[in-house]
Amino acid sequence: MDFLRPASWEEALAAKAEHPTAVPIAGGTDVMVEINFDHRRPEYLLDLNRIGELSEWEVGEENVLLGASVPYSAIMENLRTELPGLALASHTVASPQIRNRGGVGGNLGTASPAGDAHPALLAADCEVEVESVRGSRLIPIDAFYTGVKRNALAADELIKRVHIKKADGPQQYSKVGTRNAMVIAVCAFGIALHPETRTVRTGIGSAAPTPIRAKAAEEFLNAALEEGGFWESRKIITPSIAKQFAELASGSANPIDDVRGTASYRRHAVGIMARRTLGWTWESYRGEGRSSIEGVA
Amino acid sequence: MRVNFTVNGRQQEADDVWEGESLLYVLRERMGLPGSKNACEQGECGSCTVRLNGLPVCSCLVAAGQAEGSEIVTVEGLADYAKHRDDSHPGGGCGSVCGGTSLQEARQWQAKGTDGQTGEGGQLSPIQQAFIDAGAVQCGFCTPGLLVAADELLERNASPSDADIREALSGNLCRCTGYETILDAVRLAAARQEETV
Ligand SMILES: Cc1cc2nc3c(=O)[nH]c(=O)nc-3n(C[C@H](O)[C@H](O)[C@H](O)COP(=O)(O)OP(=O)(O)OC[C@H]3O[C@@H](n4cnc5c(N)ncnc54)[C@H](O)[C@@H]3O)c2cc1C
Ligand code: FES
Ligand code: FES
Repeated sequence: MDFLRPASWEEALAAKAEHPTAVPIAGGTDVMVEINFDHRRPEYLLDLNRIGELSEWEVGEENVLLGASVPYSAIMENLRTELPGLALASHTVASPQIRNRGGVGGNLGTASPAGDAHPALLAADCEVEVESVRGSRLIPIDAFYTGVKRNALAADELIKRVHIKKADGPQQYSKVGTRNAMVIAVCAFGIALHPETRTVRTGIGSAAPTPIRAKAAEEFLNAALEEGGFWESRKIITPSIAKQFAELASGSANPIDDVRGTASYRRHAVGIMARRTLGWTWESYRGEGRSSIEGVA
Repeated sequence: MRVNFTVNGRQQEADDVWEGESLLYVLRERMGLPGSKNACEQGECGSCTVRLNGLPVCSCLVAAGQAEGSEIVTVEGLADYAKHRDDSHPGGGCGSVCGGTSLQEARQWQAKGTDGQTGEGGQLSPIQQAFIDAGAVQCGFCTPGLLVAADELLERNASPSDADIREALSGNLCRCTGYETILDAVRLAAARQEETV
């Protein structure tokens, strides 16, 4: 095994081009488990820790540019307002020790259907900026997950940062597990209201071979909200709409039975989480409406 | 490969380190600092917790080469680290011990006839003393990791709520105590810290 320690992004890209089999290591919270248990013996480890810019973020007009190695703990502390869904999801990852090391780049690299960043990223909407010596490209999050623990990266590419839409409305994240800390999701659900475009986006974790959006549920809800004038009136969402949203979300899940839960339990839980998180976010949206009216008065 | 980093304030070096080797392995097997424990090697138990540039991390999940040039604090250096923090950086920490604890001094934590029950014979940090006084140590395997995590909590939050304590220690498993005495110990250390301020 060789340990490569590029001091800059350019050096890292050059190293990855020269050794496409090199395994990047950021927080190491996935990679080191595999090495410790002899599940993986890479020829080269490509340490990204010396590349400072990967641990930085930038809040722009429309997007947050989140460096691939920004640890979960920093997201929770600093980006709660801009990325509320991702901050909530980050807080459910493992433990403080793991959150001090692990980050979104590693979660995307592993691309596990259970990764907690994914539902939040799908709901918020984002693009993954990847680069190689050949150039850089932006991969829409909807095209990023290509199979069980597979993603759209080419062998010579590295993830530089993620361009995540800044929240323009309330976001929520819900995760089912056996306890509060150190739990891999049995299943998870992320939701983001986008009042500017009058759309709702979702993300489902651990209930299909890849992280997915509940597209049928989104389409139904977007139409129902538009038709009923809910975005302007901010009135309570009719229970029948919420119910159908939940059923459609549950229907878009394609889960399996495994040690953490059965497929039917997961399908059921996705529906419950969809209804609850819609309720929570819509309540905050209504609250924002009230406070802005009071503000004017 | 060779790795260099600072452990408990002193520059250390290890040779012939395998590229996939963890920081935990290097500390325990190459530097003779077995205070950090190896129980799961997969980030689940927290018994290997050390400070890496100030942050509590599972040393079993840090590749030794990634620690190159960093500042590490292990349980063996905790007493000196806490003392140094009180003396030189009241209200915060520098993530290291500016003066340093030599490997020789750090290794004095190996049992050698002093009374391991009460900690007599070695200088203890306040959190270590509180663990003893509250009866928070049974088999002791989880203790080093818990001490490092709890000490870091008290460094950043002088009067933590019970929820804060639970959150900060949520990555550390204990199979013996049932956790109540551990919570007592952290509350005790926090209360004593307030008295002295
Ligand atoms: C005890 C424990 C509990 C966990 N609990 C959770 C949990 O609750 N939720 C959850 O989502 N995850 C959990 N994980 C998994 C892990 O912490 C996350 O997937 C984390 O986001 C990985 O980030 P990292 O920086 O540590 O990745 P690493 O281990 O460094 O890398 C992970 C993968 O991504 C690749 N990679 C990393 N950075 C890049 C880059 N810039 N470009 C291209 N590829 C890259 C690596 O080659 C590797 O394949 C847990 C892990 C442990 C050990
Ligand atoms: S040995 Fe590192 S967390 Fe268990
Ligand atoms: S005292 Fe035995 S594991 Fe905690």
